[in-house]
Amino acid sequence: MTVKEIIEKLDLQCLNEANLDTEVTGAYASDLLSDVMGNARSGQMWITMQTHKNVTAIASLKDIPAVIIVKNGVPDEDMLEHAKDEDICILVSKEATFEVCGKLWELIK
Amino acid sequence: MHYTFDIERGNFTDAGQASSSVKRTLKQLGVDPANIKRTVVALFEAEINAVAHAYGGKIDVDIDGEKIVMVVADEGPGIPNLDLAMQEGWSTASAKVREMGYGAGMGLPNIKKNTDDLKIDTKVGVGTTVTMTVYLT
Ligand SMILES: Nc1ncnc2c1ncn2[C@@H]1O[C@H](COP(=O)(O)OP(=O)(O)O)[C@@H](O)[C@H]1O
Ligand SMILES: [Mg+2]
Repeated sequence: MTVKEIIEKLDLQCLNEANLDTEVTGAYASDLLSDVMGNARSGQMWITMQTHKNVTAIASLKDIPAVIIVKNGVPDEDMLEHAKDEDICILVSKEATFEVCGKLWELIK
Repeated sequence: MHYTFDIERGNFTDAGQASSSVKRTLKQLGVDPANIKRTVVALFEAEINAVAHAYGGKIDVDIDGEKIVMVVADEGPGIPNLDLAMQEGWSTASAKVREMGYGAGMGLPNIKKNTDDLKIDTKVGVGTTVTMTVYLT
């Protein structure tokens, strides 16, 4: 399933359009940055409530095409700027991690 | 090839720039993706530690045909008990650092797992030098 299809099915707000046609191979949900650094795999989406610039730094280093920020979190200005430079799709969900993961799991399990 | 980067005291915002630049270089050199991945995981964690736990410092990266050697040297408090610091879950990170999602005590274990050789020289009250090697062959 592509990033674009996931945006539609999960009713996500897109704050930086990038990698819309990328096939998502899975997802990793964590707010601990070293956990993501150590365990997320490239091509996965990242679900988190962190909203600062190190998120896009890690996404870029790990080849993560899209980040879903939960609970209507607002990314810092410099995080969004960085997402534009690094071509990382930034998405926002109204829902919490549990709901986002449950729906995403149904779509791409 | 030799590259150097400065790590600015307290500057989380720009943390990751060295790792990102090294990643680009390794890609251009045609280094295989698996080795690029472990190199940047290790370098990023060491860079963050120099910002989160020390007062900044310097990164030296040497790349040749067979290995990547990264030296992250900081001025800072040093590590009083290295065995403890290496344990997964051990962290002295401040509340501010934890709020950012660091401080899970997984940084040094991540470095260990992703490098072929790890050497940590540390002196309490002076600073810490982390030397990490990734072999390409
Ligand atoms: N460069 C450093 N200077 C001083 N202390 C450090 C440094 N790097 C690591 N440490 C110590 O080792 C602990 C474990 O480090 P790490 O495994 O990276 O976990 P974390 O950074 O999440 O705390 C830190 O909490 C800190 O006490
Ligand atoms: Mg750390």
